[in-house]
This record gives sequence, structure tokens and C-alpha cells, in this order.
Amino acid sequence: MTSKALDEIKIGGLGSSRKRVEDDRFIRGKGNYLDDVTLPGMLHMEILRSPLPHARIKSIDTSKAWEIPGVHLVMTGEMMATRNLAWMPTLSYDTQAVLATDKVRFQGQEVACVIADDPYIAKDACEAIEVDYEPLPVIINPEQAQADGAPIIRDDKDGQASNVIYDWEVGDQAATGRAFAQADVVSKLELHYPRSHPSPIECCGSVADFNRATSKLTVYMTTQAPHIIRAAVAMVAELPEHLIRIVSPDIGGGFGNKVPVYPGYVMSILASILLERPVKWIEDKTGNLISTGFARDVYLKGEMALRRDGKILAVRMHTDADHGAFFSDAQPSKFKIGLMHSAFAAYDIPAAHLTARGVYTNKAPGGVAYRCSFRVTEAMFFQERMIQEAANDLGMDQAAFRRINFVADHDFPHRTPFGFLTDSGQYAKCLDVGLKAIDYDKFREEQKEARKRGRLLGLGISTMTEPLGAGNSREYDILGIKMFDSADLKVHMTGKALLRTGAKSQGQGHETTWAQIVAHELGIPAADVTVEEGDTDTAPFGMGTYASRSTPVAGAAVAMVSRKIRAKARKLAAHLLEVSEEDIEWELGRFYVRSAPGRGVTIQECAMAAYSNMPDGMEPGLENTAYYDPPNLTWPFAVYIATVEVDPVTGVWDVLKMVAVDDCGVRINPMIVEGQIMGGLTEAYAMASMQFITFDADGNCVGSNYMDYLLPSAWETPGFELHSEVVTPCPHHPLGAKGIGECAAVGGPAAFVNAVMDALGGTGVRNIDMPLLPDRVWEALTNRHDVSGAPPIRQD
Amino acid sequence: MYPSRFRYEAPRSLDEAIGTLRDGGDYAKILAGGQSLVPMMKLRFASPELIVDINNVPGLDYHRADADGTLRVGALTRHADLEWSPLLKASQPTMAAAAPMIADPLVRNRGTLVGSLCHADPQGDWAAVMISLGASVVAQGPRGRRAIPVADFVTGPFENALEHDEIAVEAVVPPAQGTRAGGYLKLERRVGDFATCGVAVALEISAAGEVIRAGIGLTGVGGATINATQAAAALSGKALTPEAIEAAAELTAQAAQPRTDHRGSAEYKRHMVRTFAARILGAAAPGGTGPATTTERAA
Repeated sequence: MTSKALDEIKIGGLGSSRKRVEDDRFIRGKGNYLDDVTLPGMLHMEILRSPLPHARIKSIDTSKAWEIPGVHLVMTGEMMATRNLAWMPTLSYDTQAVLATDKVRFQGQEVACVIADDPYIAKDACEAIEVDYEPLPVIINPEQAQADGAPIIRDDKDGQASNVIYDWEVGDQAATGRAFAQADVVSKLELHYPRSHPSPIECCGSVADFNRATSKLTVYMTTQAPHIIRAAVAMVAELPEHLIRIVSPDIGGGFGNKVPVYPGYVMSILASILLERPVKWIEDKTGNLISTGFARDVYLKGEMALRRDGKILAVRMHTDADHGAFFSDAQPSKFKIGLMHSAFAAYDIPAAHLTARGVYTNKAPGGVAYRCSFRVTEAMFFQERMIQEAANDLGMDQAAFRRINFVADHDFPHRTPFGFLTDSGQYAKCLDVGLKAIDYDKFREEQKEARKRGRLLGLGISTMTEPLGAGNSREYDILGIKMFDSADLKVHMTGKALLRTGAKSQGQGHETTWAQIVAHELGIPAADVTVEEGDTDTAPFGMGTYASRSTPVAGAAVAMVSRKIRAKARKLAAHLLEVSEEDIEWELGRFYVRSAPGRGVTIQECAMAAYSNMPDGMEPGLENTAYYDPPNLTWPFAVYIATVEVDPVTGVWDVLKMVAVDDCGVRINPMIVEGQIMGGLTEAYAMASMQFITFDADGNCVGSNYMDYLLPSAWETPGFELHSEVVTPCPHHPLGAKGIGECAAVGGPAAFVNAVMDALGGTGVRNIDMPLLPDRVWEALTNRHDVSGAPPIRQD
Repeated sequence: MYPSRFRYEAPRSLDEAIGTLRDGGDYAKILAGGQSLVPMMKLRFASPELIVDINNVPGLDYHRADADGTLRVGALTRHADLEWSPLLKASQPTMAAAAPMIADPLVRNRGTLVGSLCHADPQGDWAAVMISLGASVVAQGPRGRRAIPVADFVTGPFENALEHDEIAVEAVVPPAQGTRAGGYLKLERRVGDFATCGVAVALEISAAGEVIRAGIGLTGVGGATINATQAAAALSGKALTPEAIEAAAELTAQAAQPRTDHRGSAEYKRHMVRTFAARILGAAAPGGTGPATTTERAA
């Protein structure tokens, strides 16, 4: 390196905690969200939803709605059916009603919609629609779904004789059976991961604009995956793909909720085609919570075969997943219960077997990956709850038990019992950092002393590695589309650049981070790089942003396209310096002659030459595109440790301290990474303490607004202590980076729950289902029994 | 979230406001802070035909003590005014304990005590506090002014004793006969959540340490705010001994009529009412920690 090389941190390169460039417009109120999109002649759409969870529709009378001045269109399922749009395919090869025709199958299902001059009129007209329902028996959990004589929810599907959607299995049943036969101790745990909702503050919506003159359909839409949506719209609406443009503007949070195709999008598109005017649909909060992609709602039966000395011999898991009325999980097509089988990847376990069953119920469809990679949150929660109970059953220390069973540092790549190949890690080292930070031995002493005085202290550990960055194209596809991603880089004549990717930021900070990767690879200051995403007419085809896949996949594509640009720039440099390419060296921002390091040209000079002074025979310009198909998932590791105090009189618990040790490989922007961890831990705390959607025995949704669906505020949220000492670069990612966006939300909940259960040690209570509301903790303490949180909710 | 069509009037005097109400038809609502009314309208749980916004009416934004110690709180006094009031901190421990626990800071900046009493939500905090203090609401209408004890003013869930052309202009807390003590404790799952349960205790204690007057109001454990009169009566004339506290807490728990719902079982809520009553009384007893003000939260 010569003295002329750029300082990477100063130009906002790799490792720079550069401030987020997008925040400037957000905090000034200058963002451009979907509701900011206003087009000339635009109309407004409102949706009428079913008040009943399961009912046959006897008739729908829309005549009074049509009479209201300002109403342009009233649509029902019958009308959609004439266009073959009453049903649409889901991302999991099922079908979902756009507007109900035969039956409503969950409370809040879309029954009709009105398009009017303004949303007030549209809402009034919705209330004027008369629907005659014949109520049917209601199913709100898998047990009811599988009971003898249960009504068949999906009687629209030929050959659907029960409410079971699938039975799926993975692992080695025979080897697992043999291991259990040899076990000294079998540890068992049953629990329910409650239904939750990603609940972005901005709800879903669309502005559909069909132009009859050009035959072009432009849809502004809250979507995390605009290209998948374009393909879906082309297939569902049978429109030519080149005449569809999906624009995803600034998004006010996604968390997985904005991956699927929702009926509201389809309705607004059809309405715009019929009326030849732009139609805006903005979902309200209840609509979002009651009808769009939920998360979790999985029941576990887990068993672990243990040797007396602490070695785990085998794991057996069965999960029952409640998918609601339509199987519309957004996940790789071949895995019916997502990546549930990523459980126990951090532990060296010889054998494992997972069986999974999915059922229909009269609840909203979804099963989206709420800040996680396709059911990984459930997998890691089940894993860490089972680990804690197994250690207790053996009478072993929680930390020691984990250490005995961790995959060793020298054992990578490691084949997990369910067949994944984990890439790298230093698990024991991370645990050591966490235990030191929480002052483990001292806390255990304090805990003992406190117990003598009737105070209940507890400590919970959660350690996990998870698969982030789907995926490799051999195994990962959605509806057949392989899960690669892309980047397109145009370096202008003056050395400034425009970068576009197939991902779509919803708060992840791509505009900041992607520019840093370009800066790292090319030495173009990050401030000189504009990042654009979300417009299918300009962005290269990509699978979008979810499942912590942006940095592992699209971020890798940014590095690869930058390297393509650098390769061409090297030829330009050789031309400018009048030496052969082999005599050229690269340092950040500059090519120079190996034998005369003072002679060099900057990347910006190369860019100018690409347009003004290229060698004979060279194609002009300095632009390129890269598609990146990752060789494997990335496997970050995390240790989360919480300490709590439980009030034995009230069941209220407080977090005393929370420590997070995340090894996500190389951090591109450490500040953004820390923000992701903070946010994830907050959501983890929410799930552990207060956040869930439940149902009463009649199928009424409890949790369809922010009065019942609780998001923690700054007041409740505990402080978090973050540690970044351990860095194990990903061996196959071009920058050594691993996914991080969801780790804390995935691994965090078990730390809180394990801590509360630890505080209740000696009471005989094995499990309290999340959220650990004080009344549940009190009930467990008072009656000395487990507390189930499965619906229906108890009511007088 | 789009409310039904409604007419909006913003009178500039109380007389004009009363006249607007009198002439305004069957279903009119007064808008003061609007922190419950507006969300209910947006959810279309309430669809009033007429909104009478009294925010331009002068002379309703005050809270002050008369020479005899009577406290008066005007209809436009915001929760935040009470939260930061030196007067309340010095003389009204139960109110001072409750004020910072109303909803969240945004709601406290707009919402009003009198509006909260009119709204008569069984899970509203102020009704329990004002019942414990033996307070009244002053209503003004075409036929003049009248004072209605809060215990009678709240007639049921979301129902009050106002005539359609009356406006609640003031809440009045009578003076204490001894030294005031007490507090307010509530359990909520999160800041701004409706109370799982809440207990307000107002005590007036003699120099000898005996309870001259006690009042206990309960939030969220019945179809309307509950006035635990028997528990209060049991304290009268007694010192705050552990036995007296336990007996009163038990009577308070018996007065609760909780229902099992997603906020907790009836059994748990009754237990929490007993616990809160005992904790507030214990804190007020000799050697106690003083006014109990901490909200118990779900972690």
C-alpha cells in the first residue's frame, strides 16, 4: 500500500459507523411512503370484512352502497369470480380467497370493497352493504381441527377431506429411535409459541394505476419483494409482465408482513383496470392485525435423549402448526414448516427426527417469517427451552451443559442432524464473553442468597446459530423462482455512481450500507454512491428483503458487481498508465505501477477514461450487473443472557440485566448492526412479556388493535448490553459477513423465558407459555402447575 | 379509520355551548381532550351527529384550592397540568399518585380529568380516585348549576348522569378533616394499556393516627367504577395496624367484581386488588414509605 491509498473509514467503507443517509429525509418528514403517493383522478378503496370467523354467505346486497353519492364501484366475490379473480394462488401452492364467495373462513376476511371519491364515503358505503351469514362451527386450534366430526374449513378444495394441510418429516427416524433406547434420561417438553404479528407501524396498501392508452399497469405497493409481486400479478391477473411496473416506495417497516400478496392489492388493481383511474387502498391498523400475515402459532412436543454425563444423544420433535384458513406461508417451497429443522444446529447431536403437521383453522392466514428466516424463531425457541429443561433434568449447570454439546471450533463445516451445513463459529468463546458480562458465578451466589429471603431471581441463557441468507438455488426457491439476488452498478464519468439491487430496504439501511460496500471495493466514497431499490422497471431482478438475506445475498452481489467494475477499471488504468495489466497493483481508490508506486490513476480517472479515452476495441462505459447465488446460508452465532426478578406476590417480573453477544462475522456498518440487535431484542422482549394474538372460543380475534396487541414502549423495554468482541468471518461470503437482522428477535425470547422459569426453579413448574403475563406467572406460582397459553382465551 | 359524518361547533362561551347542545339534536358529544372520544369515533364505536368543541371556551382551564381546602378542577385542565402540579403534590396524595399513571404522556397532554369522568370507562383511573375522595362533578345547563357526587355521576359503563344539554364544568374535591394520605396503584400490561385493575385509597388521618375518613375506589374490576364502601367504613376510627389493613384489604377484594379475560383471571384480579389495597395502606401506616405511586407493570 502506498501513502496515496484512501483511508477506508474516512470514505465510509467497510467498518465505518456512517450515519444512515435515509434518516435525513425520514426525520424531516420528507420520506415518500405509500400514503404520500397521490395521482390525478385518484379514487379510494375501503374493504368490508367479515365479523364472523366461519359462516356461509347466503346473500350480499350492495344496492344501498351503490346509491351513495361518490361511490364508483362496489365489488363482491361473485363479481371477482366473473374475472376469475375470486381466488388467487398463495406463495405456498395453496389458494386464498380475494373476496369471499361461498364462505367466510376467518374473522376479518375480505367480503366486499367499495371504491369512492374519498375514503369516508367508501367507509360509509361499506357499512351500507348487507350480508346475510349462516354461522358455522368454529375451529381455533389444531386439536379442534383434527377432532372427529370437525367441519371441513376448505370445502372449496377438491379432495380435501380433513383440515390437515400436510404431514412432513425430516431427519433419521431409525437412528433417533436407537439413540432414545440407549438414553439414561429422556427430557420432555410441550409448549405453544403464540400467534404473533409483525405489526409494522405503516400498514399495507397500494395505489394501482392502469393506463388504458399504454396498457401499462403501475402499482405503488408496500412490498418487501417487488419482483416476486410483479411475477405474481402477471400470473394472477394474466397481464403481460413487461407492462407491469411495481414500485415499492419508502416502507414504514415490514418484518415479514409485507412479503405476501394480499387481497387488497388485487382488488385495487382490478378496480383500476375497470375504472381506468388510479385507486388507492390504505389498510387500517385493525385490517392489518386481523387479516394480514401473522407469525408463529406452533405447538411443540419435544423429547431429548440424554446421557448421564450431559451428552445429547438425539432429539425428537413434533410440531403442529396452525396456518389459519389458507396456507399462505411465505417460505422456500420445499420446506412445509420452513426451516424448523435448523433447530439444534449449534449442538453436536448424532441423530434427530422432526415430524410436522399443518392444519387449517378459522383464523387469518399467514405464517410469515416475522423478523426471522421461515420458522427459525420457533425452532430456536423450542431448542433453547428444551436445552434448559434438559439441563435441569440432569441436574447440570446451564452453561456447562451447553458447552459440552456445542459444535467445536475445529469442526466446521459441520453437518447438522437435520442435514444443514453450518459454516463457521466460535461458540464457546461467545458464551464465555456472555457469562463474564453477566458475572455468572456472582449472580448464582446472589440468587441463592435472595432465595433465602423469599426473593425470586432468575437467569436465562439462549445460545443459537441460525441459517440466514436464503439461499442457494439448489434448495431454495419460492414458486420455482430461485432465491438469488442482484446488483447493478453504473459508475458515471465523474466517478460518482448509481447502485440498484433486487433487495428492498424497509428500515435496514441499504442506502447507507450498500454504498459502503462499493466504497470498500472501489474506493469511491460512500457519499458519492446513490442507492435505489424497489422499482421493477429499473432495479435488476431480485427476491427482495426478508429473512436477513440482504447482506448475505444482495450485499454479496454488490461486492461482486463492484469487482467486475474494478476488473474493467484495471484495463483502463493499464491503458492510461501505458503499462501491461499485469504490472498494475490496486489499493483503495487507486491503481498504480508496481515498479513505480508513485505513478497511478484513481478510480475516478478510470471512470472518466471509460467514457472519453478507452483503448481501441473496448466497449465504452463503466456499468455492470451481478447475480449472486450464494453457495450456502450464512450461520451467525449469538448468546443472549437475561437476569430477572419475579415478584412472588404479583407475578410481575423485571429484567435486571440483558447481555447480547453476537458473532455475525464482518460488520459492514457496526452502528446499523447494533441498531438491528437493539430492535430485535425489543421484539424478543415483547414476545416474552406481552405480545400475542389470541382468540376466544367463538373465534373472535383478541389482538386486532393496539389496545389489545401490545408493543412495548421505551418505558417497559429494558436496557441491553451489546458485545461484538467475537468475529468469525463467513468463509463463503465475499466480505465475510453474515446475516444479523433477526438474530436477536429469534434467540432473545428464550433468554427471557428461561430466566423467569429459572426464577421459579423448585416449584415444579416446567413451562409457562409466552407471553409471560403476570397473571400467568402468578397462576404457576400459586397452583404449582404449568400454564398453557393456547387458544381459546379464558373468559367469563 | 374514518369516522362517520358529523357536525362540528366550536362555541366561544359556556352559554353558547349550552345553547348549541340544547338545539343540537339527540346525539351530541362534548370535545375537551378527545383522547377517548376521537378514537371511538374513528373506530365507529361512537358516531355522534354533533361535536361541541369547548376548547375555545374561556375560564375552564384551572385547578385551585379554596380557602377551606376545597379543590376545584376545571373542565379544560389537562392530565399533564395535574401531573406537574405543586398544589396536588403538597395536598392531594391520591390524585398526585394517579396523575402520572394516566395513559401515556401524549394522552396526558391533551386529555382532561373532567372528560375522563364523563367518559365513565370502568377502566378509567380518575373515577376511582375521585370516588375515593368523595368528589363531585358540577354540571351546568339551561336550568343552572348542580353538583353530582362522582359515585352517582357514573351511572354505568360509558354512562353518566348529565342531561343532554348539560356540560360538566368542574370537579370538586371537598376539604380534608385531617391529614391526607393514600395512593393509587394499578396493574397494566404496558404504559397506556387499559388497567388490568387499579386501587385508589384516600385517607384523612387525625393527629392521633386514627382514620377520620377513608374512601376506596376500584378501577377495571366491574361493570362500572366500584366504590368499596364497606372496606372504607371498616377503617373509620381505626389506626392503620396490620390487622386493620388486612381486614380492609380483604373487604376491598370482596367488593371487586372482576371478570376473567385476556388481562387475567377473576381470581388473579381479586388477588391484585387485595395486594394493592394492603400495599397502599401499609405505605400510609406509621413507618410506611408514604404515598404509593408506583405503577406495577408487566415486567
